[in-house]
Amino acid sequence: MISVRDLMFGYPGCPPIFQHFNWSAAAGEAWAILGPSGYGKSTLLYLLAGLRPPTAGTIEIDGQPIHRPRPRTGLILQDFGLLPWANCEQNVSLGLRIHGFYGPDGKHAPLDQRPGDLAVRASHWLARLGLTGVRHRYPGQLSGGQRQRTAIARTLALNPDLLLMDEPFASLDAPTRESLQNLTLELRAEQGLTTVVVTHSIEEAAFLGQRILVFGRAIEVVENPGAGGVDYRDQPDYQGMIQVLRGRLAALTDPLSAPAER
Amino acid sequence: MRKRDLLLGTLFLLAAWEALSWLVGSGVLPLRARTNILPGPLEVFPVFLAELPTALGGHFLVSLWRVLASMLLAVLLAVPAGLVMGQSPGLNRLLSPLIYLTYPVPKVVLVPIVVLIFGVGDLSKIVVITLILFFQILVLVRDAAANLRPELLQSVRSLGAGRRALFLYVYLPASLPAVLTALRVSVGIAVAILYVAELYATRQGLGYYIFLQGSSLFDYPAMYAGIMAMALLGLGLYFAVDWLERRLCPWEFAQ
Repeated sequence: MISVRDLMFGYPGCPPIFQHFNWSAAAGEAWAILGPSGYGKSTLLYLLAGLRPPTAGTIEIDGQPIHRPRPRTGLILQDFGLLPWANCEQNVSLGLRIHGFYGPDGKHAPLDQRPGDLAVRASHWLARLGLTGVRHRYPGQLSGGQRQRTAIARTLALNPDLLLMDEPFASLDAPTRESLQNLTLELRAEQGLTTVVVTHSIEEAAFLGQRILVFGRAIEVVENPGAGGVDYRDQPDYQGMIQVLRGRLAALTDPLSAPAER
Repeated sequence: MRKRDLLLGTLFLLAAWEALSWLVGSGVLPLRARTNILPGPLEVFPVFLAELPTALGGHFLVSLWRVLASMLLAVLLAVPAGLVMGQSPGLNRLLSPLIYLTYPVPKVVLVPIVVLIFGVGDLSKIVVITLILFFQILVLVRDAAANLRPELLQSVRSLGAGRRALFLYVYLPASLPAVLTALRVSVGIAVAILYVAELYATRQGLGYYIFLQGSSLFDYPAMYAGIMAMALLGLGLYFAVDWLERRLCPWEFAQ
């Protein structure tokens, strides 16, 4: 599904973030990217989303090199992704309207896109994410959890096969965060999604990632095969995984050393 | 603002006007004039109503047309320019010094030159007012576009939006409140400039009417009727922009 080869990337005037980085993910896998700020977690997600071009190396998704946002990749950010001037329903249908605006050109919208009834598809996802009652409210009138569910509905309405999430639940209170994490697992199973979740929360990485990339001075892969079910939180394996991740993170991010080249 | 408060405010202003008029007319103040230079609303209202269907109404419509045309022209010119500048940091860097230097220049001093270039007709008046509104709208629209959160733009791009769709679904609606705010803050200035512009080379418009009644015919009640018409023009435009804002930007008022 995802293949990153020999990736090089750095911001102008800063030390490089990725040097000869290689990584691949198979279809249907649930990945988490864990690490503190400044090690390039979000940058990797933006590169995968096609929103930034790599300095060198290639990123392929589904066999296609990524030069611009790919129609079937969904991206969900922590906040601010909703149009403040559009109500919940208009936000949910935004992607559909954009696809309709370009038509199935394979560049902005998938070639095999069926036009479908916009209102029907939007209301299906509003209902699926429990937003029907607040569909006429503006983002400023929604709770943090409702806003994030709106963003998820908007992305899933486009029928993606890959879902990229950047700290999606970081600004939410604990009960809302847990319920949205559960929802993420349900939707992943339901839609057969490949997911990549960037987080700085060890608990979130352990719960949402069956395979976890730990970012620090080096990048390590930690296997977490038990994850994937909503009852995983109550299992001893989950607690054990949190210990493992805490140890790896500490070893990779000695606070006395700055983010280093890789 | 509640309607009742607005009504009370209006009544208070009218009462203050009448009281001041009485004070000026009674000879208590050391003002030497044979006629009352400040007729009260009770005297002006009948004149206003009598003049409206004849001369005053025509002048009012000419002035209204000039301001409305200027507003429309300014929006049509400034919104695309502001959006382009707001989207492109390079272009903004290039043009910002020009805006910075020309923005504070009082455009009203350009009236004689504009008349010289654009002639004595409506166009010169419209151009002067457009100049003023243009800068206000340009600056606010540019800032609204430049201050859009990058996260918002990125997430809309991830939905497949290219330049055209970003423009249509993000930049254009984002500029709407800026346009209306700019119009609201500059509608007063626009009407003031209209007055000055209508003193030059025209026989139509409220500015001409007020000047004619006050300085040539010394018909003070008629002059104040003209001033009232001009105040109503400004107030009406202000209310109209307010109404448009509520209609077009409901999210700004949603609780």
